[in-house]
Amino acid sequence: MKYKSQKVAYWFFALSMLLIVLQITYGFIMGFAHMGYDGLHEIIPFNAARATHNNLLVVWLLSGFMGAAYYIIPEEAQHELVSVKLAYIQLITLALVGVTAVIGFHFNWWEGRKFLEIPRELDFLVVINVLTFLGIILTTLFKGKKQSTTAMVLTMGLVFAALLYLPGMIWFDNQAMDSFFRWWVVHLWVEGVWELIMGGILAFLLIKLTGVDREVIEKWLYVIVGLTFLSGILGTGHHYYYIGAPEYWLIIGGIFSALEPLAFLAMALFALHMYRKGGRNHPNKIALFWTLGSAIVSFVGAGLLGLAHTLPSVNMYTHGTLVTAMHGHLAFWGAYGMIVFAMISYALPNLTGRKLYNNAMGMYGFWLSLIGMIGMTTAFAAAGVAQVYLERKVGLDFMVVQQEIEVHFLILILCATIFATGITLFIIDFVKYGQPTDEALNVSDDFEAIEATA
Amino acid sequence: MLSKKQAKAFFLGGTILFSMIFLGLSFESVTISMPEKTNADQITDAVVRGKVIWESNNCMGCHTILGEGAYYAPELTRVYSRKGESYIKTVLMAEQPWAPRGRKMVAYNLSEEDANDVVAFFQWIDGMDLNGFPPEPDPSLK
Ligand code: HEC
Ligand code: HEM
Ligand code: HEM
Ligand SMILES: [Fe+2]
Repeated sequence: MKYKSQKVAYWFFALSMLLIVLQITYGFIMGFAHMGYDGLHEIIPFNAARATHNNLLVVWLLSGFMGAAYYIIPEEAQHELVSVKLAYIQLITLALVGVTAVIGFHFNWWEGRKFLEIPRELDFLVVINVLTFLGIILTTLFKGKKQSTTAMVLTMGLVFAALLYLPGMIWFDNQAMDSFFRWWVVHLWVEGVWELIMGGILAFLLIKLTGVDREVIEKWLYVIVGLTFLSGILGTGHHYYYIGAPEYWLIIGGIFSALEPLAFLAMALFALHMYRKGGRNHPNKIALFWTLGSAIVSFVGAGLLGLAHTLPSVNMYTHGTLVTAMHGHLAFWGAYGMIVFAMISYALPNLTGRKLYNNAMGMYGFWLSLIGMIGMTTAFAAAGVAQVYLERKVGLDFMVVQQEIEVHFLILILCATIFATGITLFIIDFVKYGQPTDEALNVSDDFEAIEATA
Repeated sequence: MLSKKQAKAFFLGGTILFSMIFLGLSFESVTISMPEKTNADQITDAVVRGKVIWESNNCMGCHTILGEGAYYAPELTRVYSRKGESYIKTVLMAEQPWAPRGRKMVAYNLSEEDANDVVAFFQWIDGMDLNGFPPEPDPSLK
């Protein structure tokens, strides 16, 4: 750690860890409900569990991104954060808004729009919170000594993510319009500006972990985010096939969304290539695992499993089935979950001054969560394909089909247990690191420093 | 070889170009095609009230509509023609959780007027032109 104010990042990461535990708990509640055990129905009906599961996911990811930005921006801009106090206030209000929203869901206080369930009153608080965050980041960046490409791409991603939250706040009488603009948030986030955030964090980690020249890494970063927008913006059309929008989206959405995996492929190849090219050995192996893992798994989950149902002729049958849930899990985990875990794994030793990396627990955490998530994806896939065939092809009733596929949710829960074990090990490691300290200030982990002490 | 400057130009140029096309097409969709395909002129006050009930209770947290939502309870896009008005009203006005096959819905215990509004909402959705969704099952498989 080079700047005192970077310590704020730790608390955002800690909030992330707390919320992921809750998110997973609600995942189990839904898994059991799908199996026929909905004993909690009176207190936590399925829709409350789902809103909680999805919103906690978004909040812990955002908290992770914010922590990443508070860590990366001072280092890239060579300037302390302009206000640490404000950053802590922002952290606490973020947590409060999140918790209030989740409690509200259990009392039927929400907007019934998938992923955007947070009630309108709280939306305004979210906006203020995010503006505060952006204010701190932007002033630090522009007061700093330099504005590196990595920092600019990361910041641009965060700014656009905030802007794109707004179309989700407009009220429409027409359900189809509602859904049209809901995708400006949901799709343009995960297949657009969040990829900038991911790309920015990935570039930062690769610069730190492989020692490859910054100019080379940042050039490819531009190419990747260029590919992202080239395909992803018009790719929004893959959500406009069957919601009452015109037919030209079938062609435009089909072609451009089929190109979207290229950006993820580029990201995976880029990470692997830089790793090979680097040739220097950074001691923090576990951070490297999460970094490369994220680049590869996002290609499989978002790229390949997205491609699997993105053509209009396929999507006609898979639209709104468990096939979508299959893709949603591996894509979110690979692209955004794992990059947050990579950032945490990299930052913790530097923030706390304890070099606990490369212990067995960390490695088990990585592999168990990965294997568990792949298993969960497979279980959703089996359930989804069976559902599509029986319900949409054969024409059986929805509920009859659901009873047929209950067994896949048993497999889901078994695999989710493996996943949750991996996450638990990661969190135990997190706790073991202890809190950040100023003593870690002068311990550099740049290659020059590492090689000098080696 | 590609220089960093060229890479940056590719990124900025591509983003601006494709954003413009996207905004143009979206404008057409929202102002011309969609009102027509979704029969926007048939959105009565009852339909709007029905939509408010749909949204404020987060029905989408269990069901899908237009193929969007959760995968726990039946797709409702064509429920009006599939089940008919009185069945839907029975479901919505039930005092105990509706669960003919074990899986429970929330017991909303709606008033007759509210139930009528939700039915009006489903009836309006039912009339939309959705480019062929939901697909017809293959008769040779049944
Ligand atoms: C906790 C989950 C849940 C919520 C929330 C929920 N439903 Fe349901 N709903 C179900 C289930 C499960 C069924 C199917 C029961 C069966 O047929 O066995 C169902 C059935 C229905 C049906 C009959 C569909 C058919 O094809 O048989 C209608 C109509 C319906 N719900 C409307 C609504 C509306 C409107 C709301 C919001 C006010 C709502 N539901 C909220 C779970 C839910
Ligand atoms: C580990 C335990 C988990 C279990 C048992 C679980 C289970 C589920 C279930 C049953 C659903 C609802 C599907 C439906 O509507 O019927 C769901 C939705 C979802 N979950 Fe999880 N989940 C878990 C963890 C995660 C994690 C770690 C992530 C993110 C990285 C995640 C992301 C999502 C997303 C994005 C959805 C919405 C999918 C969609 O709408 O298509 N889940 N989950
Ligand atoms: C990291 C990137 C991605 C994430 C996190 C992600 C996540 C999700 C989620 C959560 C949904 C359900 C959304 C909802 O119904 O509200 C979804 C839907 C979808 N995704 Fe992705 N996705 C990603 C990338 C991609 C890519 C690259 C493609 C195409 C190649 C793709 C194709 C689709 C399609 C076609 C649907 C609609 C499914 C349906 O009709 O029900 N996704 N995605
Ligand atoms: Fe998408």
